[in-house]
Amino acid sequence: MSRLAESSLFQLTAVRFRLLLREPEAIFWIFIFPILLAVGLGIAFRNRPADVLQVGATTTQLAQALAADKGLTAATMDEATGTHALATGNILLLAVQTPQGVAYKYDDTNPDARSARLLANRAIQIAAGRQEAVPAQDQLVHETGARYIDFVVPGLLGMNLMGSAMWGLGFSIVEARQKKLLKRMVASPMPRWQYLMSFLLSRLAMLVIEVAVFLGFARVAFGVPFRGSLWELGVLCVLTSLAFSALGLLVASRAKTMEAASGLMNLVMLPMWILSGVFFSASRFPAVIQPLVRALPLTAAIDAMRGNMLQGMNLGQLAVPLGILLAWFVVPFAVSLRIFRWR
Amino acid sequence: MAESQTVVSEKLATVGNGPSLLLRGVRKAFGEVVAVNGLDLEVARGECFGLLGPNGAGKTTTIEICEGLTAPDDGSVELLGMNWRDSANELRQRIGIQLQETQFPDKLTVEETLRLFRSFYRRGLSVDESIKTAQLEEKRGARVGGLSGGQKQRLAMACALVGDPELLFLDEPTTGLDPQARRHLWDLVDELKQAGRTIILTTHYMEEAERLCGRVAIMDHGKVIALGTPQQLIASVGAEHIVEIAVTGKDENAHGVLDAALVKAIPGIQSHRVDAGLHQFSVSELHTAVPRIFAALKEQGLHLSEFRTHSASLEDVFVGLTGRNLRDE
Repeated sequence: MSRLAESSLFQLTAVRFRLLLREPEAIFWIFIFPILLAVGLGIAFRNRPADVLQVGATTTQLAQALAADKGLTAATMDEATGTHALATGNILLLAVQTPQGVAYKYDDTNPDARSARLLANRAIQIAAGRQEAVPAQDQLVHETGARYIDFVVPGLLGMNLMGSAMWGLGFSIVEARQKKLLKRMVASPMPRWQYLMSFLLSRLAMLVIEVAVFLGFARVAFGVPFRGSLWELGVLCVLTSLAFSALGLLVASRAKTMEAASGLMNLVMLPMWILSGVFFSASRFPAVIQPLVRALPLTAAIDAMRGNMLQGMNLGQLAVPLGILLAWFVVPFAVSLRIFRWR
Repeated sequence: MAESQTVVSEKLATVGNGPSLLLRGVRKAFGEVVAVNGLDLEVARGECFGLLGPNGAGKTTTIEICEGLTAPDDGSVELLGMNWRDSANELRQRIGIQLQETQFPDKLTVEETLRLFRSFYRRGLSVDESIKTAQLEEKRGARVGGLSGGQKQRLAMACALVGDPELLFLDEPTTGLDPQARRHLWDLVDELKQAGRTIILTTHYMEEAERLCGRVAIMDHGKVIALGTPQQLIASVGAEHIVEIAVTGKDENAHGVLDAALVKAIPGIQSHRVDAGLHQFSVSELHTAVPRIFAALKEQGLHLSEFRTHSASLEDVFVGLTGRNLRDE
């Protein structure tokens, strides 16, 4: 066996790796769950082709005029049936032939019904011979990067990095402490820094797989854009993971039981799930709490990733969130090294 | 002249002839509770030394102070001529430790666990050798979670041995094991003794200390209350045999009251105590004393409901010293 494979840092890291891979639940949460979430959200918020609106008319003539518009489908019905269909939402608008011309029955508080009114009136006027005063044509734009899925993928990536780093470090360390394994380790000549370092190294190795799988999926399935440099996105992911590893270490540095650790972990993560703009923009929160929201590591991570992926910003332009992340790495790490309980 | 001699002997101590372990005036309190109260111990190289006592006697605190896991409030600790303050790294390389109730990760295999521990030591046994020593060959590729209690304990032993230690600490190595697994572990310790390793073990099983240890210190309330070979300690009871009897009145249901003074007057009976209605006498010559005990009971009109004898053991030493049974706590 080679010298590298016999070194304690290599062995410690290999053990971390093995233990993670032998935990099926961990594999699910780290690799499968974010993909399922992205698929779910992608389906729910997909950009559908413009809806065709259902309308009704009291004469066949009117119905034909309406059906000529691509945005409408029309059915012929008498007024009583039509009123009932309106009330039950089967049609959005009923065009009634009157002695003077046409009357439209619709609910003007429903945006779709208002659109139907505009389309129906135009169709009927054109059928009656109206000419457009100004020639017009449509140019349709479906921009990638402006869709919800493009917005939510960096958010999910940040959230996933937070979860896997904090649970990965926090839980394993507290479990080792609870089972007296930590005490057994420090009773051996193992260098203590290597024990903590092995967590960071295995985390970084796992990160490569985790990020590649998730972003690869987002690219292939949804065509999510990568406008910034991939290398810089990698740096962002590493820094994010280090910051949350440090936070996980801090949470785990004193806790003696898994229950205490879980509680603390949720206490730390819950505000970020809500405030950090995973699913909607963090700027929707009131101005008073914005400084707090901006200072959270997950907000900084997600902002920086959105900046890189969607706006193509470079690291220099992302200096503020980078600085925040760096602070969240250095301070908790230094504090937890001081207060860490080895037994 | 005398001064230069001490200098020489101190130097000798550091090169290998001094004691493996030397404790002087060690004290440790946890808040109000004094766990170790002024302990002096000396263990020679190659010795198998037992710390014996009930739960809460301070054995584990003592052994953890020796292992450098707990800092004493007072006193000095010296292992292999070194102390923890100056030579912690060197000491960690040269001692082997098995702690009470360590749980190794369930999802690692025996081999992976040993390979990990081996990587911490500059020199030591190969992983194969340590697996063989602990007789875990068949379980080499098995996950730790699937091992029996005895196998887990042997794995803990293998992890303690993998650095080829000069000094081995075993904290209650057989607690919680079934009798067969316990005997298996005893055989393993026997082999280590024969290989000349210094072993310090704690136990609250008397027969374990008698079986394994060359010398035993009996601890109670943080102090050593007796120290010597098992034979010396047993001899200190004053007689080799223990007779236990229980009596009732002539009428089966009536409570008989034994006049112990009359029995104690019988030649060869050294001491008497009562434990849960059972009278215990230490007796030097069983064959002459027992008929006389029977005769004395008959004179008092008592009926014998229980009668047992056994050779005096460390248990009896402990009872004799403290008036309590080892397993009372």
